[in-house]
Amino acid sequence: MTFYPLDLAAIGLGIIFFLVIFAFIFNKKEKFILNFSFSVMTLVGLLAVVAGIWVVYDASAYIMIFNLGLPELPFHFRLDPLSGFFLATIGLLVLYISIYSLGYVRAFLGHKSIARFIIFYCLFIAGMFMVVLADDALFFLIAWELMAVASYFLVIYEDEKVDSKKAALLYLVMAHIGAISILLSFGVLAGAVGGDMGFGSYTFDAMRSANFPAAWAGVAFFLAFFGFSIKAGVIPVHVWLPEAHPVAPSNISALMSGVMLKTAMYGIIRIAFDIIGVFPWWWGAIVLAFGLLSAVFGVLNALMQNDLKKLLAYSSIENIGIILIGIGLSMMFTSFNMPVIAALALTAACYHILNHAMFKGLLFMGAGAILQTTNEQNMEKMGGLIHLMPWTAFLFLVGCVSISALPPFNGFASEWLTFQAFLLSPVVPTPIVKLIMPIGAVLLALTSALAAATFVKAFGVTFLGRWRGKVVPKNREVGWSMRIGMILAAFTCFLLGVLPTFVINMLGNVSNQLVSASINTNMDKYNWLWVTPIVAQRASYSGTIFFVSIALIILATFFIFRLKRGAVTRCNVWDCGFGGLTPRMQYSATSFAMPLRRIFGGVFSISEHVRLKYRLRVNDRFVNIIYKPIVRLSYFISRQVGRLQQGRINEYLIYSFVTIIILLTFLK
Amino acid sequence: MKILPYILELVQVLILLVGAPLFVGWIRRIKCWLQGRKSPSLFQPYFELLKLFSKDVYLAENASWIFRFTPYLVFGITLLIGAIVPILIIDLPFSTTADVIAIVGLFAIARFFTALAGMDVGTAFGGMGSSRTMMIASLAEPAMLITVFTVSLTSHSTSLSQIVQTLTNNGILATLRPSFVFSLWAFLMIAVAETGRVPVDNPDTHLELTMIHETMLLEYSGRHLALMEWASMMKLFLFISIGKAVFMPWGIAQSGQLLAIPLALFFLIIKFMVIGVILVGFETSLAKMRLFRTTEFLGAALLIATLGMLSYFILE
Amino acid sequence: MDIQITEQIIIMLAALVLLTAFAMLVQRKIYGLISLFMWQGIFLALTTAFVGYIAHRYHLYISAVLTLLLKVILLPYILRMLIIKLKISREVESVVNVTSTMLIGIALVIFSYQLTAPIRQNSAFVAQSIIAIALATVMIGLLMMITRRNAVTQIIGFLAMENGLFFAAISATYGMPLVVELGVAIDILIAAFVFGIFSLHINTTFDSLDVDKMAQLKEDY
Repeated sequence: MTFYPLDLAAIGLGIIFFLVIFAFIFNKKEKFILNFSFSVMTLVGLLAVVAGIWVVYDASAYIMIFNLGLPELPFHFRLDPLSGFFLATIGLLVLYISIYSLGYVRAFLGHKSIARFIIFYCLFIAGMFMVVLADDALFFLIAWELMAVASYFLVIYEDEKVDSKKAALLYLVMAHIGAISILLSFGVLAGAVGGDMGFGSYTFDAMRSANFPAAWAGVAFFLAFFGFSIKAGVIPVHVWLPEAHPVAPSNISALMSGVMLKTAMYGIIRIAFDIIGVFPWWWGAIVLAFGLLSAVFGVLNALMQNDLKKLLAYSSIENIGIILIGIGLSMMFTSFNMPVIAALALTAACYHILNHAMFKGLLFMGAGAILQTTNEQNMEKMGGLIHLMPWTAFLFLVGCVSISALPPFNGFASEWLTFQAFLLSPVVPTPIVKLIMPIGAVLLALTSALAAATFVKAFGVTFLGRWRGKVVPKNREVGWSMRIGMILAAFTCFLLGVLPTFVINMLGNVSNQLVSASINTNMDKYNWLWVTPIVAQRASYSGTIFFVSIALIILATFFIFRLKRGAVTRCNVWDCGFGGLTPRMQYSATSFAMPLRRIFGGVFSISEHVRLKYRLRVNDRFVNIIYKPIVRLSYFISRQVGRLQQGRINEYLIYSFVTIIILLTFLK
Repeated sequence: MKILPYILELVQVLILLVGAPLFVGWIRRIKCWLQGRKSPSLFQPYFELLKLFSKDVYLAENASWIFRFTPYLVFGITLLIGAIVPILIIDLPFSTTADVIAIVGLFAIARFFTALAGMDVGTAFGGMGSSRTMMIASLAEPAMLITVFTVSLTSHSTSLSQIVQTLTNNGILATLRPSFVFSLWAFLMIAVAETGRVPVDNPDTHLELTMIHETMLLEYSGRHLALMEWASMMKLFLFISIGKAVFMPWGIAQSGQLLAIPLALFFLIIKFMVIGVILVGFETSLAKMRLFRTTEFLGAALLIATLGMLSYFILE
Repeated sequence: MDIQITEQIIIMLAALVLLTAFAMLVQRKIYGLISLFMWQGIFLALTTAFVGYIAHRYHLYISAVLTLLLKVILLPYILRMLIIKLKISREVESVVNVTSTMLIGIALVIFSYQLTAPIRQNSAFVAQSIIAIALATVMIGLLMMITRRNAVTQIIGFLAMENGLFFAAISATYGMPLVVELGVAIDILIAAFVFGIFSLHINTTFDSLDVDKMAQLKEDY
């Protein structure tokens, strides 16, 4: 019997379910199952990574049918490069988070049920694995529900907080609205497959080979897009996300933000490119528009948050936006039949999926470390933690630099690819699309600049300056297992940024599968050094040389100017002679964001509270019922009419202006 | 491996190192002349840097490693940009390392760490400077990106060397484009904002409430301060070099033309002298804007840059 | 001169006309506005001359000279006199949110580009796309009138709009017949005078040139 990557994945799943039972049985020996389960989960993560990378390299699909579920519709497993890529991404983060959890969950020992945590943790991860492995609608939805319900129980794990119950309930409701929408979408697709296949039409294989009528395909796609958008937190259906992430345990936030949101991206890609396959360009335009909306509003909201985990949650919305921009662009280029550029945009999106999983996982782990050391989540009370927790500070900084898209870290590499895709838009034949593209590029650029501001705030207020709270925390750095989890994630961020070509080449197989093209990363020699999406003359970027030369120049500068000796003396900060600089004089999180809040004030709904007033009046009931409404209505109508005639010249001008525009639009 | 390109690379970096303080000296001299004052020596900025290098470093007691690391990082990154931008000659060995997007990214790293250093000591001024810098950058950076995108649409490349080559090959017609008019205007506005010149920021002031960049350097001393100051001089020089490469590329030597280098050097000096005069003309005739006027200024820059990109599609 | 270069120059000048229109949209100072208007006139005159050259319509040279006289010399002079009479030379006007005004302006440019697509396909003129610019200039002039409060700046907005119309005529049909053009020119001149006289009266009646004050003329209900 030959051994296939899918077998590896199946073994992993088997181990997870075994762990669930194991934790259930030994739920009294908390310390033992804690160490044992998370160690084994590390192994499972590794298995998933190996299986995923294997299949992506192999560039072929493996199928397995598992006789469970409905008699007519057994569970179909399928592992192809697309699901392999997602499997590897999820596995990698599971690997790091499980190491981190060895230390993090220990804090719950004694006052919370560890077995409960482990059972749902395992089920949650199994759900995510099965979502990307599923090859029929039923199995997909079962996995999807398993993932949603397990994560619900993890969000309310710390159920002594009132917030967490509310947030989790909101999450559960929204997740189910999304699931219903996805279910309907599959129903439409299966119905459109037609024929007398019975339950057979619910397999993705049947859907893949069917030719859908355009209208039904559209209905199905947008139902699915709506459902997956809820899961991914696309604006405006994002409300559950910034509520649920701050209350969940930090390792769960990391998993939810890092990979669970990505399963929704997987769903969109799978349905659009693989199952439906042929679509008009405006589908892509709509995806792009929602991506841009989420990116800009997400980052603006992130900038305004003072709760560290809420800030990270909003920044996840932003990053989902960036990924959707890539997917939307790719869909548009596909519909214009430009496979190479479509591959570029899709590669950018996939690369950002991987990158975001790494740095957002890292940042949430960092936030968890801070939470455990200081018992504080509110940035207004933090400060100066770099002295207490040097390791966490450094690793969190790596995360901040990566997510702010600064070279040579990984966030930059994927954003660079997205920009290159935007710059190829002049080849699109439709003029209106050409004109919309630059606006998209502007918004993406704005997003990345604002993200830098957000993370200067996040890092600067939390780790730099001096402690703003009342009592300076006594605890010091977190334990080694948590540190190792973060170090590995940070190191991955670094590697993905400095050596992007390896992953990009691998992603070529994914884009080959979906848009039947891949981007060319070959220069003449040493081609692993440069990323050159189209041709070398057009654009090239080398993270490796970048990093090496920055490091060398800094070292050289350091030695040249440092060796010319001059003593370093530590002294007090000059306080202008007033005496006593206090931590309260520092810029706080709120004041840091103030200038930008003022610029983008129109975007937020800022409310200020007004004092309440007590007033008593007794009225005749008949006046209220009969006369008042009539009087009110006539006043209302006359006021509306009167509003047209204000006597302001500018308004009359506006009337004529609007009339001209309407006439021009409709009478041309 | 050929050694010559590497020598040229070194020459260019040296020009940057030496030229930046000289250019600042030149600006100050013109300003003095315009304002009817007696000007200090053209080499005064060198003396100032030397003085700072010879002084001891006084460090705030709660300054972390970020505070000490930032000057070296900022200086190093500025030098690296100097190795990539075609100041004198195109197709240098480093020029394929990064295109314009990455150069904008490099400036962003320097800014990111400067802002962090400003917050490190925990004074009100530092935080104020960081907050304002990030506000200005959040509008100026996208505007900058869009400007370079517009130019790169024309030359079908985001690599600066390639842009210079395409523009010089196509002669006068290449730069006489509507989209370039808009981009040039936007670029000038951004360059003023990014290098902290009047009317957005004033490099000469130490009046606390109006300054932006200086507030973040307030706690620096000795060699750290020298490195930061030198880096900001080089930043001005580099912005002008980028503008020069994109909007008036004439005179930059093509690859392999050794004989063109003296000519390129000559053009370089002439252009910088002229730009210095124009810059001073603007600075003396304008007053510094109120902080929240600058957002309008930068918003306008961003929109003009967008208009430039649109006019590429509409008119060309 | 090479045809291609001439075309390029015409497109350039069209872009400059648009640029001045945008600059006028955000300029606060009234003198600055007038000089921007002058520049727009200069670019317009140059465009006219170049179009005349490239299309061999020599009456356009006369139009160009007329534009130069009227819009670069005479009208700015009248406006300056008006400002001195009204004593508002140093007034700084509050402009409604610069950024959103410009955003609307950009939207108008895209709109006019979409709108003129069928015309552009039929036009025989070499640089068809400047019709879109002309239309956009008209609309931006109107937008300027909407966003301003001061009567004099509204006049300038009106004149800028007229510039756009003139520009559209040139780019679409190589200009109107000379007689019509002369008539329009005289019209504009008279309009400027009438506006001036009106503004003086407004100023004496309301003690201000803010058109918002005119809302007081309305009966309250």
